[in-house]
Amino acid sequence: MTTMANPLALIAELTHRCPLHCVYCSNPLELQNRANELTTATWTRIFQEAAQAGVLQADLTGGEPLARTDIIELVRAARTAGLYVNLITSGMPLDEARLAKLIDAGLDHLQLSFQGAREETANEISGTKAHAQKLRVLELLRQVRVAVTLNFVIHRANIGQIDEMLALAESSSATRVEFANVQYYGWAFANRERLLPTRPQLDRSIETLKSAQERLRGKIRVEYVAPDYYAKYPKPCMGGWGRKLMLITPTGDALPCHAAQIIPGLHFENIKDRSLREIWQNSAAFQKFRGEAWMQEPCKSCDRREQDFGGCRCQALLLAGDASATDPVCSLAPTRGKADAILAAVNKPSVVETLTSPDWLYRPNPSS
Amino acid sequence: MSENKQQRALLMPERALRLNGPSLEIVQRCDGKHTVQQIISELQQIYSKAEPKKVETDILGYLTLLHEQRALDFDS
Repeated sequence: MTTMANPLALIAELTHRCPLHCVYCSNPLELQNRANELTTATWTRIFQEAAQAGVLQADLTGGEPLARTDIIELVRAARTAGLYVNLITSGMPLDEARLAKLIDAGLDHLQLSFQGAREETANEISGTKAHAQKLRVLELLRQVRVAVTLNFVIHRANIGQIDEMLALAESSSATRVEFANVQYYGWAFANRERLLPTRPQLDRSIETLKSAQERLRGKIRVEYVAPDYYAKYPKPCMGGWGRKLMLITPTGDALPCHAAQIIPGLHFENIKDRSLREIWQNSAAFQKFRGEAWMQEPCKSCDRREQDFGGCRCQALLLAGDASATDPVCSLAPTRGKADAILAAVNKPSVVETLTSPDWLYRPNPSS
Repeated sequence: MSENKQQRALLMPERALRLNGPSLEIVQRCDGKHTVQQIISELQQIYSKAEPKKVETDILGYLTLLHEQRALDFDS
């Protein structure tokens, strides 16, 4: 038995409905429709139970959380429960009046996603014309008192636009900007050979961001998530399985991470049946990869096992075919060759850093 | 700030800073009314056994950290 800490953050996937169709969406390939979504009352109970279990922050996300007509009530419920409320949004269904209501309900922080700095790239990646609306939302955000993060999801087709993205952030009221390379699960895994940046692109982007961090110190927090296929050691995925975060899906399944449902043999309990605390403490799925008992070599005897917890279980499944294996992006993993083969294909001299591809697998909007 | 049972924390996007003893005393005074000098003087009284210069240095370091985390702005 491992000592169990409180969960610190709740990721509330309020809906899978979304006006965008991003080719790297973190939602599962099998999307849920509106009829199966949790009610306002159930979410309210979840926020209360989360706060009681020690959770400090709620990330209201989706799909597009603003697709919920009860979003104002949900923000208020999370804030009333004592949680710091983050809204992670595309900004699509947002106008001045609705923004004012969200802030009045207690919204602490709004994270606005961008698919690029240029309209053409952004619209291609999101499969819709969304960029101009996002720029309008940036203007609205100047007028109100709320913490703002701009989130740019980075990949081969927009990694060359980081200077323009920084300029957009500097012209806004954001105090934080996130450059998050695509993580390769679900829709992104399907599109990975067109999304992974090349090595020279990656090196240039890191240099640009390092100097931006220096230049913007005290003005904007510049954060960067690397594409871990290029890393020497894996990321401590979700801060460790069942250590810090709980994700609730639109239908109420409680997961240790966004992608966990792809792991065969795991049964996820539903919040409609049990309390959040019970699930956190006792559910077999949360216990499965806690601690070190499940680890194989080289993780089992590795000095880094308490830093990265063996990396990502879903990536181990996707690349090595075994969710208990060392994350194949680790340079010490016996299966590192799997990640290297993908990188070799991406870094062939014939690969061009172009945008338009007839082959994108777009994430659809679930039928309502 | 959030109070959850025993632990207090300063919450910001994607971060939570645990507050205890001096850090809590400092953050409670970041209210738009205290000047930096007032915060230093008050904490030097509370922590009167500590070297006053050390208290000042620690406070300035902590305020800089909060500023760089974008949890705090200084009024000029």
